[in-house]
Amino acid sequence: MGKLNLNRVEMPKQAYFIRRRNFDEVALGYTTEMAIEEAKRCLDCKKPLCVEGCPVEIDIPGFIRRIAAEDFAGAIKTLKEKNCLPAVCGRVCPQEEQCEIKCILEKKGAPVAIGRLERFAAEWEAAQATMDMPEIKEKTGKKVLVIGSGPAGITVAGDLILAGHDVSMFEALHEPGGVLTYGIPEFRLPGRIVRREIDYLIKLGVKLVNNYVVGKTRSLSKLLEEYDAIFLGTGAGLPWFMEIPGENLNGVYSANEYLTRVNLMRGYQYPKAYTPVIRHKRVAVVGGGNVAMDCARTALRLGAEEVYIVYRRSQKELPARLEEFENAEEEGVIFHFLTLPEKLIGDENGWLKEIECSKMELGEPDASGRRRPIRIDGSEFIMPMDACIVAIGNSPNPIIPDTTPELEMSRKGTIVVDEATGKTSIDRVWAGGDIVTGAATVILAMGAGRKAARAMHEFLVG
Amino acid sequence: MFKIIERTMIVPNLHLLVVHAPDVVQEMQPGQFVIVHSGEGAERIPLTAADWDKETGYLTIVFMEVGTSTNKLAELKPGDVIPTVVGPLGRPAAIENFGTVICIGGCFGMGSIYPVVKALKEKGNTVITVMEGRSKNLLYWEDKLSKYSDRLIKITRDGSYGYKGHIKKADDLIREIGIVPDRVIANGCTTLSYKTSKEYAHYDIPVIVTLNTIMIDGTGMCGVCRCSVDGKMKFACVDGPHFDGRLVDWEELSKRRQQYIGEEAFLVHHSGCGGR
Ligand SMILES: Cc1cc2nc3c(=O)[nH]c(=O)nc-3n(C[C@H](O)[C@H](O)[C@H](O)COP(=O)(O)OP(=O)(O)OC[C@H]3O[C@@H](n4cnc5c(N)ncnc54)[C@H](O)[C@@H]3O)c2cc1C
Ligand SMILES: Cc1cc2nc3c(=O)[nH]c(=O)nc-3n(C[C@H](O)[C@H](O)[C@H](O)COP(=O)(O)OP(=O)(O)OC[C@H]3O[C@@H](n4cnc5c(N)ncnc54)[C@H](O)[C@@H]3O)c2cc1C
Ligand code: SF4
Ligand code: SF4
Ligand code: FES
Repeated sequence: MGKLNLNRVEMPKQAYFIRRRNFDEVALGYTTEMAIEEAKRCLDCKKPLCVEGCPVEIDIPGFIRRIAAEDFAGAIKTLKEKNCLPAVCGRVCPQEEQCEIKCILEKKGAPVAIGRLERFAAEWEAAQATMDMPEIKEKTGKKVLVIGSGPAGITVAGDLILAGHDVSMFEALHEPGGVLTYGIPEFRLPGRIVRREIDYLIKLGVKLVNNYVVGKTRSLSKLLEEYDAIFLGTGAGLPWFMEIPGENLNGVYSANEYLTRVNLMRGYQYPKAYTPVIRHKRVAVVGGGNVAMDCARTALRLGAEEVYIVYRRSQKELPARLEEFENAEEEGVIFHFLTLPEKLIGDENGWLKEIECSKMELGEPDASGRRRPIRIDGSEFIMPMDACIVAIGNSPNPIIPDTTPELEMSRKGTIVVDEATGKTSIDRVWAGGDIVTGAATVILAMGAGRKAARAMHEFLVG
Repeated sequence: MFKIIERTMIVPNLHLLVVHAPDVVQEMQPGQFVIVHSGEGAERIPLTAADWDKETGYLTIVFMEVGTSTNKLAELKPGDVIPTVVGPLGRPAAIENFGTVICIGGCFGMGSIYPVVKALKEKGNTVITVMEGRSKNLLYWEDKLSKYSDRLIKITRDGSYGYKGHIKKADDLIREIGIVPDRVIANGCTTLSYKTSKEYAHYDIPVIVTLNTIMIDGTGMCGVCRCSVDGKMKFACVDGPHFDGRLVDWEELSKRRQQYIGEEAFLVHHSGCGGR
């Protein structure tokens, strides 16, 4: 083994002054040469710590070794054994706190760029003329229904169709993909990548039905008469508001509304698309997570002159991925840390005019382990603003729980499941993803889907 | 894909749309709505189920041509298909034996109130139905409504048919029928809902109106349909669309509905309904 190579290969990006005004993907991906060079930095550890950091336990040294050896087909095969959405995870996984933070080279300040390599392998596969179709087990004759087509549902559908079951997937919206389609913007996760994964499921034989709201179109109990097993992957789609005066003013949006207008409804092409998006000049986004960064950067791309992130804790507590924070800052988003909106003030026509905020300081750590923000009395100040996007979180979508009284729920509105299997309180019904955990991550939703799929399969063949 | 069975203009600017949506109608209840999306780039718009048949799977909608998306719907011909009709959405209208109920329908509401009238009658209520429009040629479904109404009252603004007036003064109407009803239900544009709420407020009976907020998903995900009822934030698509009009913050509602007028001004085509 040679000397440690600490030169992490950077991934090319669109320059900030260009990308801040377009919806094309920011990060451009590795070239083959870059990928091989980066892959060669991996030490192929005997006891790979990185794997412990990955919620679905990808054989990380295994796939990277194959990239280094230019066996790209082998690399993608290794990845797909554990992760059916490598093109998505390579882009949006919080690698810096999962696999990469555990990498042995992290201590030297230069972990192997696992996510970028994962993305590279997935793109390599997509560029091939033909895709290797996996073997589908002999048909079992069992009928499975997956409700919700986000990452949790996609994983369950993929696993169970390969296991030989008949799989249908019902989606409430007119396009599948869950948050990957309606939430995460084009410049971070292009829609074509999600569509490719969905097309692949359809090719495997999954029957996708859009425009079907379970709990409304049909109740869960009715569907149980038709299907042998059901998976609920309906996500955390109910937006929270701040419960301060003025939140129903015009120009105030939930992050979901803002992003849905732009992504799902193609508002960024308005007036070519009919769903209007107002091009506000001064925009404040409240919150500090990935969702807030996505909203702020979307507002910039729609032509805003000034975009602010208003966050009540300090930069250190910011829950967004570091990479996305840096991208946002580079693009010109202005950060107001330790700031809390108190009141939204409108003009006579009901449009937002200004936001009254207080300054905060950090006190003792709270239940989440983060230092609690405390209002500084008398620190109120006014920010003139014509739009405010509230990105402070979502709770689980209540349509199915509301129409299925026998489903056991937690006080937070999440579905209660058996940790090891994802089994709910109802016979033949499993659940996973954000509907169980509350808003979390793509890879955790996939991990939960995989666990439930295994349990469902055992139930169906057992 | 959902096939169009029929699309006709029943009165100026109001169209009848019958679409084959067998899954959607199976669990449909009076007062529920669907969201229609006529393809890539179009808006998703909420429209109330005015009638349906579980056997044929036919769903009937009455809609008013007001803007871009309803213009597009008005161009559909039998045999065309649209990619999205999703529902039933929203909470159903409350149907019980209340006693005497006044049901008021204006513009598209003469159609959308029909299932409510029918269900209330079948529950044993005394149903007084009021049809309201600018002029005689804007009233429709008189035969359908009268079939399930103990009394059908027509009001036109120009007096060309039935009584003359806007929404007939509540006091006059109640004097006319000789009994204070146990409930009032109104379907139609925001002006009709608002005026009805104000007119009947002093009778101390529920005045149930449907709120025509802007909507996108219709499943509680986006929050654009939020409104204030009794001082609390509600999402019209999942908590409504039926609310007691006496508790609605009408000023906020009408301002929120105007949000996209600036943006859509160049696409708008005026309907001449008089009210919004
Ligand atoms: C803007 C944004 C940015 C994010 N960025 C990141 C990131 O960078 N990295 C990361 O790891 N995670 C990120 N996340 C979180 C991640 O997207 C979610 O944790 C993940 O998508 C959850 O997956 P899921 O399958 O549980 O649910 P979802 O993706 O929410 O999918 C649920 C699906 O179910 C459908 N549905 C709901 N109710 C019904 C019903 N009754 N009938 C039929 N269908 C129904 C919904 O329409 C939806 O399509 C982000 C989230 C948002 C909103
Ligand atoms: C729960 C619910 C049920 C509904 N049921 C029906 C129904 O059964 N039939 C029906 O015709 N409509 C119904 N509506 C209203 C309907 O959704 C809107 O008319 C429609 O979205 C307008 O879309 P558009 O793109 O054609 O107009 P837009 O381009 O969005 O609007 C054009 C202009 O018309 C105005 N406008 C919008 N709606 C109305 C209206 N209802 N009356 C007058 N002006 C309006 C707008 O403010 C705007 O200025 C319902 C609304 C809700 C929330
Ligand atoms: S799936 Fe996510 S956590 Fe796992 S190796 Fe890939 S990037 Fe890392
Ligand atoms: S810990 Fe780092 S160096 Fe070791 S195998 Fe994993 S990625 Fe390679
Ligand atoms: S329409 Fe989106 S929450 Fe009601």
